[in-house]
Amino acid sequence: MLSTPNIIDIQDLTESDIITILDTAESFKEVNERRIKKLPTLRGRTIINLFLEPSTRTRTSFEIAAKRLSADAVNMTGSASATVKGESLRDTAQTLSAMACDLIVVRHKYAGAPRVLAECMDAHVINGGDGRHQHPTQALLDLFTIRQELGHLEGLTVGIVGDIANSRVAGSLIPALRAVGARPIVIAPPTLLPARPDVLGAEVSYSLDDVLPDLDVAYMLRIQMERSEGMPFPSLREYARFYGMNAARLAKARPEMKVMHPGPMNRGVEVSSDVADSPRAIVLDQVNSGVAVRMATMYLLLGGGDSGTAS
Amino acid sequence: MEYRTKATVMDSPAIERAVTRIAHEILEANEGASDIAIVGILTRGVCLASLLAERIREIEGVEPPVGSLDISFYRDDTAIRLNPEVHRTDIPFDVEGHDIVLVDDVLYTGRTIRSAMDAIMDYGRPRSIQLAVLVDRGHRELPIRADYVGKNVPTASRERVKVFLEENDGRTSVEILESVVGEGE
Repeated sequence: MLSTPNIIDIQDLTESDIITILDTAESFKEVNERRIKKLPTLRGRTIINLFLEPSTRTRTSFEIAAKRLSADAVNMTGSASATVKGESLRDTAQTLSAMACDLIVVRHKYAGAPRVLAECMDAHVINGGDGRHQHPTQALLDLFTIRQELGHLEGLTVGIVGDIANSRVAGSLIPALRAVGARPIVIAPPTLLPARPDVLGAEVSYSLDDVLPDLDVAYMLRIQMERSEGMPFPSLREYARFYGMNAARLAKARPEMKVMHPGPMNRGVEVSSDVADSPRAIVLDQVNSGVAVRMATMYLLLGGGDSGTAS
Repeated sequence: MEYRTKATVMDSPAIERAVTRIAHEILEANEGASDIAIVGILTRGVCLASLLAERIREIEGVEPPVGSLDISFYRDDTAIRLNPEVHRTDIPFDVEGHDIVLVDDVLYTGRTIRSAMDAIMDYGRPRSIQLAVLVDRGHRELPIRADYVGKNVPTASRERVKVFLEENDGRTSVEILESVVGEGE
């Protein structure tokens, strides 16, 4: 039972909602370790993955989560959907509503699209990433992974390194960390920070080496090579030298510090290959947690109409 | 809804005796403890399961493996309500080949047991599933019966049967509770 019918911004969730999701995900994690990884919980429910922007890992993660809960999961991708024929988002929403689906997971290149969708349909909506705005389930799975690795969340210092200005991962992770009492620090050259970094709600540093000894987690954001406007730093090599995680840097960090990355990783840019393959990097744990956390969000949004008395 | 205790149907020594008798019955029916595993349904079934395992060890000298089961994800009413707290299921043994004794505190509609059997089956194919309950209060809605019963307690469906156990509640008893508001429903 969450206080919100949709998960669009991480701010839709209270601290207690976040903890409920993480605790519920613990149980689903156990299910994912079984030989028969299937529960009958959401049998008969329909979940549509509406991915209007390319994605394989997030879509697959949501699809596996839905299927393990026995929901009927249908994928609609950008190129196959009617949007390329000029259908508006509102019409798409009404069409899907008419098919009586229960939950829509939407990824869209424009910020705010999931909100528009939620407003014009009855189904629950989970934001699977909208433009440069938010990616709330990524933040939830990151919290889950951190809690699993370090035992708690409160009071931890998490450095978020890289393209802060364009990152929806950072957009959700910063408020999520604040909600659970952790301390986010954004670390980037000024050209990768938004014009007003003070509104992020995180401390700001231009130097990874300066804050490195304070960090419990170094969260390396992906450099989005595919963005057309070109990269706002001289070269990838220079970026890697000042903002990349490598063995030399790792040696100066706390011995228990973990390295995280939302994937897909550019090896040798954000994270050097030896670090990526070391036990200090918990990137695959993040992917593993993703399924359990997404199962938890689906279960908590779709289960329970009204809270009656227990028998 | 407010409830008050209408009657205490089992006190602590009576529960002790029932657990001891059930332990003997389990051993008799299964000809020993070598192949049995005990699975308690959260929350009070788990506590009873460990009491039973302990008693079986005292009698037979073999302690059967004990697991705990949360059936939240297997309920047939998730569309109506969610369990406020989901706990982690822990089955630390291979279900395959074992005679599983499911343990719950109160047997009522049978729906919980139906869910628990589905959950167990997802771990493998046990040789058999048996059911032990401390109290059978009747009012079944499914064709399910218990193999081992501590006490049969006839009740009205508007009453509640509550098992209190030292480990969870600080006292040990079985009580029938009735609604204080009563008539107006």
